[in-house]
Amino acid sequence: MTIASNVTCPGCGSLCDDLEIEVENNVVTKVRNACGMGESRFLGYSTHRCQKPLVRKNGELVQMSLSDAIKETARILANASYPILYGWSNTSCEASRVGIELAEEIGGVIDNTSTVCHGPSALSIQDVGFSTCTLGQIRHRADLVLYWGSNPWSAHPRHIERYTNFTDGRFRRSTWNKYLSSLGSYRAERRLKRTTELAEETCARQPEEELIDEHTQRLPPALFEKDRKMIVVDVRETRTAAIADYFLQVEPNKDYELFQAMRALLREEQIQVESVGGVPIDVLEDLVDVLVNCEFGVLFFGVGLTMSAGKLRNIEAGISLVRDLNQYTKFVIMPMRGHYNVTGANIVSTWQTGYPFAVDMTMGYPRYNPGETSVVDILSRGESDAALIVSSDPVAHFPKDAVRKLVQNPLIVVDPETSATSLMADVVLPCAIAGIEVEGTAYRMDRVPLPLKQVVRPSRTCLSDEEILRRILREVRRIKRREEVVENG
Amino acid sequence: MTSLKVTLNTGRTLRQGQGKEYGKLSERYWKSVAICEIDPDDLKKLDLSDGRLIKISTESGSVLVRAVKSMRAPHPGRVFVPYGPWANAIIDSKTHGTGMPSFKGIQAEIEPAPTEEKVQSLRELIQTHYGKK
Repeated sequence: MTIASNVTCPGCGSLCDDLEIEVENNVVTKVRNACGMGESRFLGYSTHRCQKPLVRKNGELVQMSLSDAIKETARILANASYPILYGWSNTSCEASRVGIELAEEIGGVIDNTSTVCHGPSALSIQDVGFSTCTLGQIRHRADLVLYWGSNPWSAHPRHIERYTNFTDGRFRRSTWNKYLSSLGSYRAERRLKRTTELAEETCARQPEEELIDEHTQRLPPALFEKDRKMIVVDVRETRTAAIADYFLQVEPNKDYELFQAMRALLREEQIQVESVGGVPIDVLEDLVDVLVNCEFGVLFFGVGLTMSAGKLRNIEAGISLVRDLNQYTKFVIMPMRGHYNVTGANIVSTWQTGYPFAVDMTMGYPRYNPGETSVVDILSRGESDAALIVSSDPVAHFPKDAVRKLVQNPLIVVDPETSATSLMADVVLPCAIAGIEVEGTAYRMDRVPLPLKQVVRPSRTCLSDEEILRRILREVRRIKRREEVVENG
Repeated sequence: MTSLKVTLNTGRTLRQGQGKEYGKLSERYWKSVAICEIDPDDLKKLDLSDGRLIKISTESGSVLVRAVKSMRAPHPGRVFVPYGPWANAIIDSKTHGTGMPSFKGIQAEIEPAPTEEKVQSLRELIQTHYGKK
């Protein structure tokens, strides 16, 4: 048995790098320090794997040698006039780099999954800039953590434990014990609520009208104390909201209004309405007071802002609020990135092409115009004629109309796992998993690069996606050279 | 009441995250995403019980999933479906020039589904919506 320590988890954008993995006979037997998602990633990596390359013939996927499957892939890509290369967030930066070289060679569009997660955030940041920092600084210094439209308890389960309220920093104490003591009363409250509901159902009587207490409309006094605190703003009481010191429920699609109202209050302007986005103005005034009076605040925002009405304008308003707050105190903002290396995909794309996603190489140089050169739009317009998907599952995660267009054309999948997309593919090239079976580099959500380790050996038939992409690139170049020779006589 | 107009949000859950890591073809994944979390009062309005089959419809189509009594209530008029092929079967692909479709805050309608219907498996769902290659 071997134990790999300080392993980086290829689970989500938090990239926890303190995992311990027990391996026996090249099989992961135990995972320590990981969340439920990370543990599933390491324990379940070998299930639903496709080990051999597959190519569709007469409607059925049949096994083929790797070299023949790569030749078929290269033939499809070299003959396509507007191919799309999509994914890149669940693999290493090294693979992304080869992908961009391939996109340039075949004159395609290369886009990553940020196009359907934090693409609007990138657009806003390009518009107005943003003040940010690393998660380490937040851990040591932040006394106010604001999660807006994000639910780290479910999507980044160790984020709070490692980087914000439930960790001891150099200058800030963990609020874990405070949470534990409040948990008892919270559970008792829920039990009482359920018992009351049950009694009401049994007695078939209407619940009495709740007495409106004006004081419940204001923020709790604890938020004005010097301790570390957490506020959650969301459209529903998520699991993160349940552990926060204060939860502010906003109406769906009203985040932009709420941000702008807070900015107006910060400028000490009068707002002539009683509530904005379902939040009373009194509460907003208190909230702005809490933000102004913190020593180091951070606004983590999730796809609750980028996927609802307003999209990039929501983020722009959030960034502007943080900028305004910096006139009074220290405040930073950071997107909660979902896929473990979506930040890396953006960084490699920016480093190589100048743009973070949706890069069109058809003119021979990089062009960037999300809305036109983004994959969902290209598919919706029915413009692409082939697709290479790397470690992603757009058939499961794109809107239906986009998927219909995607599967109409030749579809190549390079992915370690069987997915909805690989079921619909014409060529499937199984690869080793970066961060479990092969090494690599990934970027955490705060743009800190971390090494991905190899904890088990891949099967002999599985190469890394980086190597598979290199072989495709070599084959494409060979085809192009051959075509040039034929053209030149 | 036979149907209810609601605002649909899609998003992550811990179970969805675990399910996808165990495999997209696993029952665990299927059970974690082919659901719709509904406020208990809205369930009563539709005379539905926890686990019953419902149809969610938007302008882009409809899909069958299981109703789940929300543990995060109250949120009347708002329903939640975890990310996955079932949710995306009813999402509009328009991005309004941003590259990003609207996965949250969508106008939808929910209604009880006929008892003879069932939730489709991943293979059945993709065959129904995208046909056989």
